[in-house]
Amino acid sequence: MLTLFALCLWVLVLLAAVAVPLGRHARAGLVLHAGCLIASLGFVAVALGVLLTGEPVESQPLPFGPPWAPTRLGLDGLSAWFLLLLGIAGSAASLFAMDDGASGHPLPPRALPPFPLFLAGMALTLAATDAFLLLFGFELMSLASWALVAAEHERPENRAAARLYLGFAVLAGACLVPAFGLLAGSAGALDFAAMRAAPPEGWRAAAVLLLGLLGAGAKAGLVPLHAWLPLAHPAAPSHVSALMSGAMTKIALYVLARLLLDLCGPAQPSWWGVPLLVLGAASALLGALRANLEDDAKTLLACSTIENVGLITIGLGLALAFRGADLGPLAALAAGAALLHALNHGVFKTGLFLMAGAVLHGAGSRRLDRLGGLIHAMPVTALAALIGVAAAASLPPLSGFASEWLLLQALLAGWRVSDIGFQVLAAAGAAVAAMAAALAAAAMLRFFGLVFLGRPRSPRGAGAREAPIFERAALLLPAGLTVLLGLFPGFVLGLAAPALQGLVGPVIRVPARGTWLAAGEGATGYAPLVIALLLALLLGITWMLVRRRSPAATARGPVWNCGFVEPPPHLPFGDPLTQPGAAGIAQPLRRMLGESLLRAGETVDMPAPGETRPGHYAAGFTDPSGPLLLAPVARLRDRIAAEADRLRHLTIRRCLSLSFATLVGLLALLAWLEAR
Amino acid sequence: MSFGQLPYDVSHLLGGGMLLLSFVLLYQRRVGAVINALALQGGILALAAAWQALVQGAPQLYLTALIAFGAKAVLIPLALRTLLRRLDLHRTVETALGIGPSLVAGVALVALAILVVLPITAGSRAIAREDLALALSVVLLGMLMMITRRNAILQVAGLMTLENGLILAAVGVAGMPLVVELSTAALVMMLLVVGGVFVFQIRERFDTVDTGFLERHRGEAE
Repeated sequence: MLTLFALCLWVLVLLAAVAVPLGRHARAGLVLHAGCLIASLGFVAVALGVLLTGEPVESQPLPFGPPWAPTRLGLDGLSAWFLLLLGIAGSAASLFAMDDGASGHPLPPRALPPFPLFLAGMALTLAATDAFLLLFGFELMSLASWALVAAEHERPENRAAARLYLGFAVLAGACLVPAFGLLAGSAGALDFAAMRAAPPEGWRAAAVLLLGLLGAGAKAGLVPLHAWLPLAHPAAPSHVSALMSGAMTKIALYVLARLLLDLCGPAQPSWWGVPLLVLGAASALLGALRANLEDDAKTLLACSTIENVGLITIGLGLALAFRGADLGPLAALAAGAALLHALNHGVFKTGLFLMAGAVLHGAGSRRLDRLGGLIHAMPVTALAALIGVAAAASLPPLSGFASEWLLLQALLAGWRVSDIGFQVLAAAGAAVAAMAAALAAAAMLRFFGLVFLGRPRSPRGAGAREAPIFERAALLLPAGLTVLLGLFPGFVLGLAAPALQGLVGPVIRVPARGTWLAAGEGATGYAPLVIALLLALLLGITWMLVRRRSPAATARGPVWNCGFVEPPPHLPFGDPLTQPGAAGIAQPLRRMLGESLLRAGETVDMPAPGETRPGHYAAGFTDPSGPLLLAPVARLRDRIAAEADRLRHLTIRRCLSLSFATLVGLLALLAWLEAR
Repeated sequence: MSFGQLPYDVSHLLGGGMLLLSFVLLYQRRVGAVINALALQGGILALAAAWQALVQGAPQLYLTALIAFGAKAVLIPLALRTLLRRLDLHRTVETALGIGPSLVAGVALVALAILVVLPITAGSRAIAREDLALALSVVLLGMLMMITRRNAILQVAGLMTLENGLILAAVGVAGMPLVVELSTAALVMMLLVVGGVFVFQIRERFDTVDTGFLERHRGEAE
């Protein structure tokens, strides 16, 4: 099985190498992405194989690697679960990109080689059995995705986004390397088995928690470190942002789960879950709120990704807390919720980003204020979008509801931990998570309504065309999977049993029974098939009653258009002001929550009576991470640069003295260490 | 091998001689005397290499000794003297750190080298341990000389001492391949040429070999 996996990795690396000389060929995109599709399907097959047998597999030592230890590839339940997600997201993204050029927006040749490397880096991170290979894959993933974010660097905002993205990627690496180093230091070896055998204690454990949270959080987009996400996703090509949002943030969460839940051992205290819970709740709330205020389709989806990453982190934090309190079944419930939501979100968010790409190709814009009424021009895209949006809004019987229900059940069981502080925190977390889910539903409603319903808002939007064949297939694949995952979450969670064993130890029972999801001791359950049947029945009866059993004959009347007159024939889309716009729908939430959480503000500039200039109204918000985190960091960077600049003015003798002093200092340190 | 055995005592004596000459180099107030001491140190290095060749039964070390003698005891000092005469340089040593403080710093560096090397090499052969400590001291003193002297020729001398220390460490270890020695010697020759050219350049442009004078002409110093 690992042979197949290694073969797929090789195919990806070869594709990247071949794409460099042949990138300018007209068919290069098609061939390259078809290769990526095949490799991704291979990943799905490997992951399913490992999950179905439930046995971890490990390869022979690889013929290359670091000189100090043999390097092995290996997959256990946890990595296979995320590999499944990577394979699905990668397949959809590759399929979408096979239409590269058909829609008149060919990718630049420089965007081709990093894509297979991006996939390979993520797969390598998952298949690593030692810290070196994991960090190597992680950095490969970061660098390749940076190259993809910077692919369309003609526009200055893309360059700025790529720079910020690289900064956060460097931060992630700079935190993860010492985190694994601390673990390896107490274990004496870099491979995971040795690290598990020697879990860290005391300040080392706290440092690993902090560094791991910073490192993986910066890559996943947890709240204080989320600033790159809403900028980098719109900058990257659509299939790349789909993969970044659907798979890459999950790989970061995989690293977080691997580091904190697996490698640090099962004996860590209960309070370890608290930082994850707090950061996750903050991410969920902020992401969902921002998703309601953004007016760019991809930025909106990126903010929704922040929300979902927060929800998954809440699940992981709860699992840590429950496990520390010896509540095995509840830990399995929370971890199961996190894993299921990771998969579900990865699938539907991939579909949604691809949909944004299809809309960009078909209707020429990402801005919500330039789209509208696309359900007529792009029916297949609209169907896929509807499914994805409903899942993101966590409507039953789709996949988003199943995992968020499970997560809320886990949160509501927070009182079982005896610590009163944690009980209060879990209750607050449940409130925040529920609020985030409601806000996300509002954001998705606004998104779908503005893009697909109503009338077109621009001539280019009115002339939209349906997506070409591969793009449509790429949209329908995640949409279909979203429905399936939603209808059979029990089966899917059954597949995750080996992964759960990796996270919370030998599981007493997976929180699922057949197709049902079952929380706790079977007191509550969620049967999506029954819900779906009931919903269908209800809809059918309503339809019957309205259409067949009503006493009067059905008559179609004009739609009430909010009191505005019909558009004149020479203005086919109507006056744009007769339709609600993105800012208008966002206004109530911006005033209610945005003013306190996002420093939202409005300014009205009214001309004095008699003045002829127009009045001006401006509304906006500032993400708190900008002034609170990025600006001080930028000031610090400038100060350091100014200090470092003074080194340039040193004389030759002083430069030599500096290196001499460093050498003597290091020797003195060595002597001191030996004396101890 | 320990105290009282001839191979150990002789190599210890030669290494100690090199260290003593390093201090002599630091102490000198005239450039000509510095070059003399440098030549003497090169000669002792050649002796140490030859003694190691005899003790270890490694005939290639005789070649090392020959190269060290030819280059360091004869050729380079001669070249430096010629340079000194041709350029008609100041014959006094211009220091950045006074002679007395330099010597104190040198003693501290030797102590540091011993503190570092002896515990690390606790398990290995005695001769390598002592030799390594002496060689590290010589290296550190060479660096100290480079940063406490303003004259370019003295800085070249410091670099040479540093390299002598490296070679002393290399010959003390059994089985050191000759290739490394040859390349190191060639490297030093090249460095000397570079240094010579450097000095000529300074002489032509500014009529002095004080590198402190150079700093004002870099364009970016205040």
